[in-house]
Amino acid sequence: MIERDYDIVIIGSGAGGGTVAQELGKLVASGHRVLVLEQGPRLGDHEFSGNELDMSDALYEEGGGFLTADGTMTLAFGRIYGGSTVVYTGTSLVAPRRVIERWNVPGLDHADVERRSRRYMAENNVHLLPDEEINENNRLFVTGAAVAGYRADQFPLNVRGCRGSSLCNLGCPNAAKMGTHRVQLPAAERLGVEVVTRAEAVRIEDRVVVVRVSARKANEKGAESEWPAGNYRIRAGMVVCAGGAVGTSALLLRSGFGRVVPRLGERFTCHPAHILVAEHPREITNDVGHPKSYFVDRAEEAGFVLETCMYFPFVTAKNLTGFGAPHSALMRAFPRLQMILVLACDRAVAGNRVTVNSAGRPVVHYRFTEEVVRSLVRATRASARIFFAAGAVRVHAPSANAPLIDRSRMHEVETLIDERHFQSGRISISAAHLMGGCAMGRNARDSVTDSWGRVHGVPWLRVADSSLFPNALEINPYVTVMALADRTAQAVQADAGELLGGRVTLTTA
Amino acid sequence: MSAVAARTSLPGGGRDNARFRAIVTTVVPEATALGDDEWSVAESIIGRAVSARPAAMRRQLGLFVRALDLLSLVRHFHTFAGLTPGARTELLERLGASPLVALRRGVWGVRTLAMMGYYARPEAAKAIGYRASPAGWASRGGAPR
Repeated sequence: MIERDYDIVIIGSGAGGGTVAQELGKLVASGHRVLVLEQGPRLGDHEFSGNELDMSDALYEEGGGFLTADGTMTLAFGRIYGGSTVVYTGTSLVAPRRVIERWNVPGLDHADVERRSRRYMAENNVHLLPDEEINENNRLFVTGAAVAGYRADQFPLNVRGCRGSSLCNLGCPNAAKMGTHRVQLPAAERLGVEVVTRAEAVRIEDRVVVVRVSARKANEKGAESEWPAGNYRIRAGMVVCAGGAVGTSALLLRSGFGRVVPRLGERFTCHPAHILVAEHPREITNDVGHPKSYFVDRAEEAGFVLETCMYFPFVTAKNLTGFGAPHSALMRAFPRLQMILVLACDRAVAGNRVTVNSAGRPVVHYRFTEEVVRSLVRATRASARIFFAAGAVRVHAPSANAPLIDRSRMHEVETLIDERHFQSGRISISAAHLMGGCAMGRNARDSVTDSWGRVHGVPWLRVADSSLFPNALEINPYVTVMALADRTAQAVQADAGELLGGRVTLTTA
Repeated sequence: MSAVAARTSLPGGGRDNARFRAIVTTVVPEATALGDDEWSVAESIIGRAVSARPAAMRRQLGLFVRALDLLSLVRHFHTFAGLTPGARTELLERLGASPLVALRRGVWGVRTLAMMGYYARPEAAKAIGYRASPAGWASRGGAPR
């Protein structure tokens, strides 16, 4: 076991870890050693090929097909330098006031979250794409929504020099997406923060992180790790966990912190989603241009959000219900397909949680509540109305008895699409907004951390990722993760003098 | 991974992989037109995906594929591969709509692998008209104005 010493170790390099790394990089000037551990590899710009299979394997945990315990939903999360900020579409929204108020976390108010969010949105060049760069897949959504009576809003995006490859979810091949791999991590490294990739945090002991560094396998994308392969024991004055809702929860659970904070792993939420497609009578621009430019937010009124989207052949095929000739016919219509992603706003409920198996690997327990099923079905009906209003000739609705609904039956969507046809395990449901597991709150009886990411009863241990969310956010989460991670970093700096010793230069957020 | 190595990773894969090819051609009828080299690519994709999954999942998939054969024998006196395309489709559809989530999940799992093997090949993407390119708008003569 190789031993190393650092003042602060950050586990994870996504929206949370990257933000903390940049902020704590300021401590390097006062002599502190800061280390970031990332389980995935660091890819060169030339390695982002846009190839569906290669990139899924290179960027996502289990290729994006991590299954929940009962096998009825796949979870997509990044395992790469930059974490999930490499594979999202760059949509950047401030947390709704109602959500932060409903979370009711002492010491956390919406104004603070918004102020910090806007700072990172500016840093990441968040802006609206000009109208001339919007493709027809998005334009039809806006048109259809207006006719069907829904308000569509444009997503602010964190891109710089977007060429419209439509390949965002496979990692931008043009280095245009301003994730932490492009902004915060390079800034942290310039300040002297060390980043070690292919480094899995096996467990956390008392101010020690046990790490396994793996060598690059043959034909694998990415650079070799910055450290030689092997097992490491890293002593740290403070440890910040930012491995995401699944990763952080599992790491703390297998390290035994469930004895200190019994709520660890609970309150897991994820915005269950599925892809709907509709066929138009003519080809449209769908697999070119930014894929996710508009959304309809019905979270508060009806528990769902609709987003434009465009996926790749295999992901599209997988998400269409059924198989055989009808499925193939729809796939062959690809150039004529419009797509909408429907997301249900779930709520933290007992039983939906992260645990670990005997090998310490994460297990995500999730069951679809009646409320979630209702939301998905409502969202599917709304999408069908939008598709038809935009001129689609047929709509694929997984929660209809016969999934293909012809235009001649467009006025029957209320009855054709129904909860009784929603069969988990038959309909492809996936989730990419993974939240909770280390929820913020008052004390160890109701939560895992306080509003500054301090783990109750363990002052040297902090959390800075979406696992902090005590309930679903109802929007795309990365900006809020950055805002909360900024708070965690501020608290680390405030406490560093006491916990690390020596002189610490404090900065204000 | 070589095609031979990949075949050993196919769920329920026997010496000739007939079982899994029967599933793939039922899920994606166009797969009947694949030549040997194309099958090798498809099976390599599936084999690689399966071998990267947790052992418990690999076992479940293998069990489901074998269960398909048993159900075919009980119902039709033929293995799944020995059924007509129509009978295979009917059996998979029946299991896919089963009240038992384990059976629905099994169908979902094998259809997902079959679709991965077929549609993750660049040739299949091209055949369905998928044209996404890193060059984006420039590959289509520029953004619409």
